[in-house]
Amino acid sequence: MPDFALTACHECDLLQREPPLPSGGIASCPRCNAVLFRHTPEMVNRGLAYTLGAVILFIVANAYPIVGLEVQGTLNQTSLYGAVETIWDNDMVGVAMLVFVTTILIPALELALMTYVLLPLRLGWVPGGLAAILRTLQAMRPWSMTQVFILGVLVSLVKLAHLAHVVPGLALWSFGGVILLLTAAVCTFNTHELWGLAAEGE
Amino acid sequence: MSEAAMTASQMGLCTCHGCGSLTQLLPGVHDMRCRRCGAALHLRKPNSISRTWAFLIASYILYIPANVLPIMHTGSLFGSQSDTIMSGVVYLWHSGSWHLALIVFIASILVPLAKILSLTFLVISVQLGWTEHALDRTKLYRVLEFVGPWSMLDVYVVTILVALVQLKSLATIQPGPAAAAFGAVVVLTMFAAMAFDPRLLWEPKERHDV
Repeated sequence: MPDFALTACHECDLLQREPPLPSGGIASCPRCNAVLFRHTPEMVNRGLAYTLGAVILFIVANAYPIVGLEVQGTLNQTSLYGAVETIWDNDMVGVAMLVFVTTILIPALELALMTYVLLPLRLGWVPGGLAAILRTLQAMRPWSMTQVFILGVLVSLVKLAHLAHVVPGLALWSFGGVILLLTAAVCTFNTHELWGLAAEGE
Repeated sequence: MSEAAMTASQMGLCTCHGCGSLTQLLPGVHDMRCRRCGAALHLRKPNSISRTWAFLIASYILYIPANVLPIMHTGSLFGSQSDTIMSGVVYLWHSGSWHLALIVFIASILVPLAKILSLTFLVISVQLGWTEHALDRTKLYRVLEFVGPWSMLDVYVVTILVALVQLKSLATIQPGPAAAAFGAVVVLTMFAAMAFDPRLLWEPKERHDV
C-alpha cells in the first residue's frame, strides 16, 4: 500500500501525492488551499531557543505582579495567580478555573511538553511517548489564550486609569515577551516532521 | 474538478485526526486504530452534526444571560452600579477610548454572535446538501476557528478589575453572573466549532460530481 506517498487534506479530504518540499516550503491543498504541511529549516534549534526563552519569561510573568493600583499612597498589586484566587473567593469558581486553565495551566503544559520533545532531539535522541505527546499538544493548542489575556489586561488598565494611578508590573512586560516567543515556538514546532520521527522511533 | 479529484474516504482511506497519516479501512472491522499514533480512526468526526447542534443550542441559550445580566458590580463612596457588557462598551466610548470600545464591542458582542450564527449556517448548509461555494464556506469555518479564543477578552477584564479594585472603604468591584455565562458561551462555541467537520461541506459536491 503506497500510503507513505499519499496524503489527504484534513479540511476537505482530497487525496493527493505528498510533494517534495524545498527548504522553508509550504504544501497546500489544491482544492481548498488549507496548509497541509511545511518544511521548517533548523526546526529543532530554533524551536528549542524560542521555547526556552518563553519558559524563562513565563516563570517571571507568573512570579511578579502584573499591575498595581495606587490610591492615596497605598499600592494594591496583583499577580495572575492572585487574580484567579480573588475571583475564586468571589464565588466565581467556574470563571476562576477557566482563567487558570487558559492562562496558566495550558501554556505551562505546552511549554513543558515542547521542551520535553525538543531538548532530547537537540541532544540526539527521540524522546519516549512522542506520539502521545504530539496528540496532547495538538488538543491543547486552542485553549492556550495568553495573547487574549494581555489584551484583557490592557483594556482593564484603560478602564482604571480614570480612577487611580495605574502601575504596570514586571509581569506585564514579561507576558508581552511570552506571547511573541510562544507564538514563534508554536510556528516553528513542525508536527508533520515530528510525526515522521515518531514513526521512525517505533 | 477533474477525474483525478478523489477523496480519501472514496478510496476507503481514513485520515487519522491525530497525526494525519492514512490507513486503509478494512470492511467489517470496527474500532480500528492508527498504526502510527494509536488514535481511534473515524472517516468523519463521529456524530458531527448532532454534537455541533447541541453545543450551538446551549450557546444560544447562554448568550442571553451573558448579555442581559450584569457582568460586574462596582461599589464606591458615591453609591453602587451594575454593568452589563454593553454598558461597559458605552462607558469606554464616552471616556474617550473609542478604539478600546470598538475592540471590546467586536470581541465580546459581535464575534460570539457572528460565530454562533455562521456556524448555524454551515451546519444547515450541510444538512440541506448544498453543492455551491464549498470553498467559501470552508474559509468561513477557518475564520471561526481563528477568532474563537478572542471572545474571552471580557472574562479576563473582569478578573483583573476584581483583583485590583478591592480598596475596602473606597471602591470594590465584584463579578456579576454574566461573567460565568459569558465564559460558558466562549467555551461552548469553541466546542461547537471543534465538533463540526469541515470535510462535510465538500461531500454533497463530490456526490454531485460523481
